[in-house]
Amino acid sequence: MRYILVVIGLLWPMLINAQAWEDQQLFKGENPVQTLRVLSSTDTGFFSPIIQSFLAANPDWNVEYLVTGTADISAILQQSPQSYDVVISSAMDLQVKLVNDGFALKLPSISHPDWAQWRQSLFAFTSEPATIVVNRSAFRGKSIPANRQELIRALREAPEVFDGKLGTYDVRSSGVGYLFATQDARASETFWRLMEVMGGLKLRLYCCSGDMIDHVASGELLVAYNVLGSYAAARQLQDDRFEIILPSDFPTTMMRTGFVSKETKHPVAAERFVRHLVDGRYFATGLNTSSLPQLGLYPEGRNPTVIPLEPALMTYLDKLKRRTFIQEWSNAVIQ
Amino acid sequence: MTETVNVSGSLRRRLTLTLIGGAAVLAVVLFAVVRLYAAQIAQQGQDSILSASVTSMLDAAVLRDGAVVVDFPYAALSMLSTTSDDRVFYAILQDQTLLSGYKHLSPPNGSFPTTGTFMAETPDGALIRVASDSRTLVGADTRTVITVFVAQTQEALQVTLNDISRRVALFGAGFFCLSALLSFWASASTITPIRRLTSSIARRGPQDLSPVASPVPSEMVSLVESLNRLMGRLDKALSQSEEFIAEAAHRVRTPLATVRSHAEAMLHRVDRDENRKALRAMVRAIDESSRAAGQLLDHAMITFRTDHLEREELNLTDLLQELVQRLTPVAEMKDISLLVENTEPVLVSADAILLQNAIRNLIDNALKYSPMESEITIRVSASPTPTIEIWDQGAGFPPDQIANLSSRFSRGDNAKGIIGSGLGLAIAQDVAEAHGGALKLSNLPGGGACVTFSL
Ligand SMILES: Nc1ncnc2c1ncn2[C@@H]1O[C@H](COP(=O)(O)OP(=O)(O)O)[C@@H](O)[C@H]1O
Ligand SMILES: [Mg+2]
Repeated sequence: MRYILVVIGLLWPMLINAQAWEDQQLFKGENPVQTLRVLSSTDTGFFSPIIQSFLAANPDWNVEYLVTGTADISAILQQSPQSYDVVISSAMDLQVKLVNDGFALKLPSISHPDWAQWRQSLFAFTSEPATIVVNRSAFRGKSIPANRQELIRALREAPEVFDGKLGTYDVRSSGVGYLFATQDARASETFWRLMEVMGGLKLRLYCCSGDMIDHVASGELLVAYNVLGSYAAARQLQDDRFEIILPSDFPTTMMRTGFVSKETKHPVAAERFVRHLVDGRYFATGLNTSSLPQLGLYPEGRNPTVIPLEPALMTYLDKLKRRTFIQEWSNAVIQ
Repeated sequence: MTETVNVSGSLRRRLTLTLIGGAAVLAVVLFAVVRLYAAQIAQQGQDSILSASVTSMLDAAVLRDGAVVVDFPYAALSMLSTTSDDRVFYAILQDQTLLSGYKHLSPPNGSFPTTGTFMAETPDGALIRVASDSRTLVGADTRTVITVFVAQTQEALQVTLNDISRRVALFGAGFFCLSALLSFWASASTITPIRRLTSSIARRGPQDLSPVASPVPSEMVSLVESLNRLMGRLDKALSQSEEFIAEAAHRVRTPLATVRSHAEAMLHRVDRDENRKALRAMVRAIDESSRAAGQLLDHAMITFRTDHLEREELNLTDLLQELVQRLTPVAEMKDISLLVENTEPVLVSADAILLQNAIRNLIDNALKYSPMESEITIRVSASPTPTIEIWDQGAGFPPDQIANLSSRFSRGDNAKGIIGSGLGLAIAQDVAEAHGGALKLSNLPGGGACVTFSL
């Protein structure tokens, strides 16, 4: 019995750390003393320039960058809020809910436009549109659709071409996918018609934008709907077999947001990290090869297509609403 | 006769302080009331939004195939956005069990009211306002009660309230300052009639005891009436005592004069030595009484007149000349010559009757205390102050008594056998002092008394 307890005791730290990360990377500062743990949904490749410019300015720190899906972040943070210092996610709704539920530290000294922050705790630092990514070969000789209506028409005209070659987020597992889908549904009925049409053509569901872009590039997919434009644009620099469409009927733009965990052990450094994200100076340094799009700071205020940071984002996180929405979505998509 | 008045506080200050104090109290009350009212209105605003949110959620509740579906609109939470980014909580309950939303809004004992608004606290200690309502859904064979709670923190409300408080405080302070200014003005203008009355009475001449005629505010009517009555009584008393003194002098002197003339006549007719002696003593006693009565009355009259001098422009030299002329017969009886040194006019503003009285007493003294066949010199000078000096060739004042001789009824050792009442120098001194001058007694180095009467 005691023997078993000893074994459990020895294994316990490993059990806690047994979290399956999508990616986990330690960025070392010049003479690090402490480590800042950043919980994020953003692919390391996009984020490392930001971390590196932070470390250049704060050489006495390490940054441990932990990547997981948007939908998991809430659960991970709620489980051990003291283990993470900064939380970054593209799922604005989940972030708002975490802040609303008291998991974020107020950072009153950071000045950021009202529309790009919530409760002086949650700070947006990019604005990234949801885009449609299409393989050029599919539209050879035809005009590439500019909006959802035209996409529906194109799909209906040549179902045999697109059958099995359409992709979108699986909103059941992807937080940002769910955010895009719910906002689309809120904006227009067109979304449901598109889903029905795509669902009729054996729509394939993905967890992440990266995979969709890969598959569109390779021709495995011809059209991917609601792909993160930032990822696509970065990918397009090396690979131009696909076209990125910013839907002209109603663009949906997400803001990547970050906050400092309320129970952080390094509040000062964590705040410095968020300030670093927010002031966006790293965009100007040559370090930035990630092309995470800078928050469009419109002088007259908020970019009107941006999803507003407000408590109403929690609406679709409601258990009943989510059940209803997923039901409806499944009905449309899975046929 | 200036007695110090007992001063206790100031009407004006009291009025000002009362008004300012009142204004301060009013300002504070105003602040409290407006703040309370604002808090109520702000709370009503929040409550109505929360209730609207509850209603929109409840409205979305339906029974579909026996299951409760609450597809509430985006606006249900969107309407709760505030400038301070208030936190929002909600809970949807079916028959007391939580369907979705926040656990802390459905406490296990169901202690929250299921309709209306109330205050509560989140698990992390934030104060929240909660609105709730419920609704019964009726299905084919089920009845179920849906309760919705929507809650919100009060940060924006607090900001609004603080803002209002600041404004109201500023407004209250302004109101107070204005009121303070007004109270200064009001108390000053209230006190003006009193001040006007005071100065009109202070400006009056000594003889003016007429009633106050200028209009006064109604609150001062009884004061002014009393004042008028008092002055009337004083006026009457004064004129009565003046008349009384004149009357008394007349009444005493006239019979004494009659008695004296009869005694004199008798003296010529009787031959026996002892009878003549008795009659002479009688005449002497009558003289003494008459003189004493006269001086007593003079003194009384002078005391009365010194309180309110009747000054007139007069020439001191003329006045002296006239007196000397009148007293010359008396002087001649003792072979004394009266010399007036100066003939230049010396103009003074003084009470003629009092001056005559005083100087006559001084010359009288000189005549009384001088030996036969001597000289009395009188000098009038104008500077530094109008002065009359009288010196004689008698024995002078008894040096050890010189300091007390001017007090009433005091007589020197050298006055034995000489008719007198001890009032002459007292009268002269009173008159000099009433005119702002002094009476000085001294003895000349070569013998003889010197009296200096200055105005
Ligand atoms: N010219 C004077 N020479 C000497 N003694 C005087 C003279 N005048 C006044 N006195 C003294 O001063 C006293 C007070 O004088 P006064 O008041 O006039 O009273 P009365 O002359 O009636 O005695 C006199 O009694 C006398 O002793
Ligand atoms: Mg905001």
